[in-house]
Amino acid sequence: MSEVKKIATRESYGNALKALGEENPNVLVLDADLAGATKTSVFKKAFPDRFFDCGIAECNMVSIAAGVATTGRIPFCSSFAMFAAGRAFEQVRNAVGYPHLNVKIGATHAGISVGEDGATHQCNEDIALMRTIPGMVIISPADDVEARAAVKAAAEYVGPVYLRFGRMAVPVFNDEATYKFEIGKGITLREGTDVTIVATGLCVNSAMEAAEKLAADGISAEVINIHTIKPLDEELILASAKKTGKVVTVEEHSVIGGLGSAVCDVLSEKLPTPVKKLGVNDTYCESGPAAKLVEKYRLDGVGVYEQVKEFI
Amino acid sequence: MTKLELQKTANEVRKGIVTAVHSAKSGHPGGSLSAADVFTYLYFEELNIDPKEPNKADRDRFVLSKGHTAPGLYATLAERGFFPKEDLTTLRHIGSHLQGHPCMQHTPGLDMSSGSLGQGISAAVGMALSAKTFGDSYRVYTLLGDGELQEGQVWEASMFASAKKLDNLCVIVDNNNLQIDGTIEEVNSPYPIPEKFEAFGFHVINVDGHDFDQLKAAFDEAKTIKGQPTVIIMKTVKGKGVSFMENNVSWHGSAPNDEQYETAMAELEKAGEELCQK
Repeated sequence: MSEVKKIATRESYGNALKALGEENPNVLVLDADLAGATKTSVFKKAFPDRFFDCGIAECNMVSIAAGVATTGRIPFCSSFAMFAAGRAFEQVRNAVGYPHLNVKIGATHAGISVGEDGATHQCNEDIALMRTIPGMVIISPADDVEARAAVKAAAEYVGPVYLRFGRMAVPVFNDEATYKFEIGKGITLREGTDVTIVATGLCVNSAMEAAEKLAADGISAEVINIHTIKPLDEELILASAKKTGKVVTVEEHSVIGGLGSAVCDVLSEKLPTPVKKLGVNDTYCESGPAAKLVEKYRLDGVGVYEQVKEFI
Repeated sequence: MTKLELQKTANEVRKGIVTAVHSAKSGHPGGSLSAADVFTYLYFEELNIDPKEPNKADRDRFVLSKGHTAPGLYATLAERGFFPKEDLTTLRHIGSHLQGHPCMQHTPGLDMSSGSLGQGISAAVGMALSAKTFGDSYRVYTLLGDGELQEGQVWEASMFASAKKLDNLCVIVDNNNLQIDGTIEEVNSPYPIPEKFEAFGFHVINVDGHDFDQLKAAFDEAKTIKGQPTVIIMKTVKGKGVSFMENNVSWHGSAPNDEQYETAMAELEKAGEELCQK
């Protein structure tokens, strides 16, 4: 068996932007002195005339993107999730969200898998923040294939989109030849009857690994990949919860306000179901190698497996 | 328009401001009145716009960065024919297209939503950047308050505009010297304003913001400047045109009662009649 290919979704983002640049002359990319890290540098190299570095001024960058969008062009603006969603929240809310402008925010280095840079740069709050903005689409892709498809879909969609990418290389499990991405449509990766595991981002792979281990214990887990957190695929989640009667959510994000909260919002109103939210438990994390942190905060396959067992 | 016609029009705009804010029972008359002349000059002389086709692609853009002075912009847009003047009395009412701060989706003629200070200039920079990048010939104008200069984002935007040589951008500062908490020096002085913009790479023009000859000269000069953005710093009087509102900080964000409204309108009527006799 060959080694599974691993690619960080930020790499996918850079490559997808370059492909977009070739297809669409109206795409313009902004960054805030992190082009090498966010991988917008790939676009910059190919299309230097349509790339603008705003320097270390994320709030200005987001408002500039809003202005660009009013002229009919499609701006992608990028920084780390901490600064794009955190520092510039009010700009995203008032300059992008309120006028519902066609701005794409490519936020990389989301979650704890930032690794060694530590808590100041590990954004576990961006999904929560972005969910509160009316009309904002939030996409959190799980692997390279999904991430590139998501960037393309975001460019085709008219309206604000927040794209969440990771720094750490993660396994590529989707098959490019058959994979289809549709904003707002979750994907059932594995059918099961005992418990539903709803995951997003790099935790989708952890959920799949956990489901394997659970199967060995005779537990049948259904795994749903929610790449679009808003609008949420309520139908898919409700149908699965109805079937299994137990739901576990997994995300590299705070358990407050993220995917878990979004799932609970739907279930509590429409089909009250026991839910266990896995994620970062209302704490700041720490420096360390990314994979070790994911393990420590129990968001790897083993951590998810153990916590699902504890729950059911 | 002749200078006299501009003065008459600005007087009508001032009536519209007072009427709108009185109807709303809230709003920001002081900074709307201080900018009434520049609004008039922009929408009746300077900007390439068409009220019949508010979204035409090659129009010049205007962003009201000091969004709280929306009554001034609304009164000007109505005077210019973007929507009926009667709409002004619906300002801030439920269901009105005239929101407390500009909302581009609702009001014809608005190029950007604004109101959160410091952001409008960045949006204007984005428009200017788009025009430069894709070879569009329109110009972009944005109006800032002097208190607004306390927002750090103004300087982020200014640094970028200059670094990218956005000579299609014209920033206007309404230097009426007052903000909600007092004079701008008392609160947190942004002075000296011209030197700051100069240090940020702008071509700086200082004018009396109530003198149409000076406004014309400034905007004409701005169009000749290449390789750098221009800022027009206007000395103005907050509340200009309504004697009891002039230079009085309490009129930054409060509406006239019925009696004050009558007094203000009588003053403006009289000023209009005097202009007609010229």
